[in-house]
Amino acid sequence: MEQLLLLIFLPLAGAVITAFSGKSAKIISTVIAVISLGLALFMACSFIPDASTQFEANLPWISDLGIRFHAGIDGISMLVVLLTNILIPIIILSSYKHDYKNPSAFYALILFMQSGLLLVFTSMDAFLFYIGWEAALIPVYFICAFWGGKDRIRINMKFFVYTIAGSLFMLLGIIYLYLQNPAHNFDINAFYALNLDSYQQGWLFWAFFIAFAIKMPIFPFHTWQPDTYTAAPTQGTMLLSGIMLKMGIYGVIRWLLPIVPQGVHDWANVAIALSIIGIVYASVIAFTQKDAKRLVAYSSIAHVGLISAGIFALNQQGMQGAMVQMLSHGINVVGLFFVLDIIYARLKTNKIEDLGGIAKVAPQLAIVFLIIVLGTVALPGTNGFIGEFLLLMGVYNYGIWAAAIAGLTIIFGAVYMLRMYQNVMLGKTNELTISFTDINGTEKLVLYIICALIIVLGVYPKPLLHLTEASVQHLLEQVNQKLNTVN
Amino acid sequence: MNIIITISITAFLVLYAGLFKANKALLPLTVVGLLTALGFTFCAWGGNAVHYGMMQTDNFALAFSGICIVGTLFIFLLTQNYFHSKSDNIAEYYALILFALAGMIMMVSYKNMAMLFVGLEIMSVSLYILAGIRKKDFASNEASLKYFLMGAFSTGFLLFGITLIYGATGSFDLDKIEAYLIANPQTISPIFYPGVILMMIGLSFKVGAAPFHFWTPDVYEGSPSLITAFMSTVVKTAGFAAFLRLFAGALSPLHEFWMAPLLVIVCLTLFIGNVTALFQKNFKRMLAYSSISHAGYLLFSLITLTPQSGSNVLVYAAAYTFASIIAFAVLILVKQKTGSDSFESFNGLGKRNPLVALCLTVAMLSLAGIPLTAGFIGKYLMFLNVMKEYQILLVAFAILNALVGFYYYFKVIVAMYFKDGAETELSTPVQYKVVLLISVVITIVIGIYPAIILNLI
Repeated sequence: MEQLLLLIFLPLAGAVITAFSGKSAKIISTVIAVISLGLALFMACSFIPDASTQFEANLPWISDLGIRFHAGIDGISMLVVLLTNILIPIIILSSYKHDYKNPSAFYALILFMQSGLLLVFTSMDAFLFYIGWEAALIPVYFICAFWGGKDRIRINMKFFVYTIAGSLFMLLGIIYLYLQNPAHNFDINAFYALNLDSYQQGWLFWAFFIAFAIKMPIFPFHTWQPDTYTAAPTQGTMLLSGIMLKMGIYGVIRWLLPIVPQGVHDWANVAIALSIIGIVYASVIAFTQKDAKRLVAYSSIAHVGLISAGIFALNQQGMQGAMVQMLSHGINVVGLFFVLDIIYARLKTNKIEDLGGIAKVAPQLAIVFLIIVLGTVALPGTNGFIGEFLLLMGVYNYGIWAAAIAGLTIIFGAVYMLRMYQNVMLGKTNELTISFTDINGTEKLVLYIICALIIVLGVYPKPLLHLTEASVQHLLEQVNQKLNTVN
Repeated sequence: MNIIITISITAFLVLYAGLFKANKALLPLTVVGLLTALGFTFCAWGGNAVHYGMMQTDNFALAFSGICIVGTLFIFLLTQNYFHSKSDNIAEYYALILFALAGMIMMVSYKNMAMLFVGLEIMSVSLYILAGIRKKDFASNEASLKYFLMGAFSTGFLLFGITLIYGATGSFDLDKIEAYLIANPQTISPIFYPGVILMMIGLSFKVGAAPFHFWTPDVYEGSPSLITAFMSTVVKTAGFAAFLRLFAGALSPLHEFWMAPLLVIVCLTLFIGNVTALFQKNFKRMLAYSSISHAGYLLFSLITLTPQSGSNVLVYAAAYTFASIIAFAVLILVKQKTGSDSFESFNGLGKRNPLVALCLTVAMLSLAGIPLTAGFIGKYLMFLNVMKEYQILLVAFAILNALVGFYYYFKVIVAMYFKDGAETELSTPVQYKVVLLISVVITIVIGIYPAIILNLI
């Protein structure tokens, strides 16, 4: 329990220290992020991969309203907690070459967000979950709107209002569940045990699903995403795409499926259809993008579409695939955005047609970029493969046509990602790219770590699968059992 | 009782101090008086004394008295240099605000409707003068006259209502009225119903709920900023306490009857307040409209009557009061420096005044209802309250309005941090810093651990 509290509140304390640290904010925030990572790894090592909830903290908070500080970690949570704590130090390191104005605020906001994210990923009390959900949003809004690029104010307002709209309706759903709960608390297990009829489950499904769908984002709730990703500072984009997006996926798994299984069962077809439409739609648009950053943003929508389809297929393969792919996608997309940031920092452009031939002048970047791209297009032997394979298998078990269309993502993805790589890195150098200097210092460090993760997880994904297996199985059993009793 | 006496005596002492031009003694004297009154509030806590059948100092009354006194204290702390630059007759400002406070204490603790009327009038008459206290200013005069005409009009409604209820029940006493309603559920006199409606209209005028809100924007904009701060926070809180005392108490057996018109008022208030606030270019006017929308959320507590209604209003009113005081304090500072209260004058504020900007950000987040601030807990309680009767559509409507709210509250944050401006450094006196910091701390503490005021009533 102490470990979990430390895990959640260490970044928050770090944020406070960082906020007053002035010029040394970079170093201090890095140290704190690395300590958090160490703690998370330590917890992962002492974690027993069965279906139980471990490190559980259950403290009274606002007793009159039935709100408790109830948090714990099972296999599913452990995975996203690891993802968060691996990516935050990487994201902070990736900013070393930047000289952001007001650095203490920048790094403090990142750490503050980390606390919010960890709260979301561990909380077992719906109210606490909601607090974490918003506590993660506010810092990233400020990061994107303060340090972002052109037209950032309007774009971030759209992003903010979009997400908060979703979460307010989720709050409505949470209050409703609370009132249905005879024990009058927000405990997740009490919510699991509720007997709701299919009409209630139907609208509750939408109240929650829209909040999660906006976060992921799933078609047609994605319209905020490409603009926001493009206008945000790179670290903001990494936070949004690498970690924050997983809040939506995690929410579906942890809250949506077990609480309203009947609603999920009734509406899964729609959810899968939307996911698959999103896959195809985003892939087609990604083809036509001229800006590499926007291309990656759209490819992210396609990947998330597949993850969501795999989850709503409601079977072991799809769910396990989603787990692995959450981690892989986080690592890969952060790598991609970092490479594009390196290119932008040197050449001040991310337009694909302006670039070319960078591989000749920057061979090291060419290799690591290739590894990341291959990971993204799910080449066997990289981390993307195992996840997408399981996801497709899951969707196949749901329906062969769905799998056929969803399978197109892999082909689509390979085409536009490799074409982007080709146009940016290969070919002739032009007068712009001739002066390109290869990666060095922290850039090397970050990219090597990312590549190592891509390859290691691709070759030996077993510990990862093992980590989540029991929890996923337990969750699906719970859902199926509840579905059977209702019918 | 001690509370009112203390405040009144302080007001008279202040007037005498003004007579002898002891301007330096005014603030200390007032602060001591208010702290004494606050002390009496604490001492009376837990008791339930009825004073001559006219007033009842139960925990409800004491809690709201406490908020009103603290709010007024903050307003006084903000007066330094503010009134002095505007007029020579400073003692009158102090005395009038104190008299208004005395009226409000009656409004939150009345047991007899005559006291409601007396308290309301003591407060209103003081406010009419305060609104127009800048004699030579056109807007201030306009504000005063409008406020007076509308106020007198609404008092008329209120009096009619009281009369009709008296005619039906033969008593001004809240308990007797309630007993009458319970004793004769089927045979309530037909003149009782219009009485209820008229009282609802009269009180809606006072708290600025739509469609009786027309006076608010002009009066709030025209009055001196500090008086506007006073009117939109402390006065509003007292108005709601009075509203609640009558409708959640004595008239609660008739809940079915007055809920329908109330629902109309709530929906209109939310919608008009939020949508018009969205289009304001002036920060002060935006606050005026947003105060209308907050009146809408506060009225949620009357839609579903539960034992918690009182404490819900208390939490919301506290959240709203302290956030608004921050907003007005910063507005006064900005206006002193730039001479304007438009949104543009906040541009670039964050760079040179990180503390002030941070305080205003917390205030705006609280008013918008972001978690970990008091405003969220307030909104949450109101939504929870209404959801208890599964008025899901009403909550959904309120959520849409809250979304609009995010938009205009964030306008200020955007201006402060993301827009380039003159980068003027504000001169922030110590009292302002104290008030800002205490208010921020209260806002965050209630947001994180609301249990401290949740159980008061």
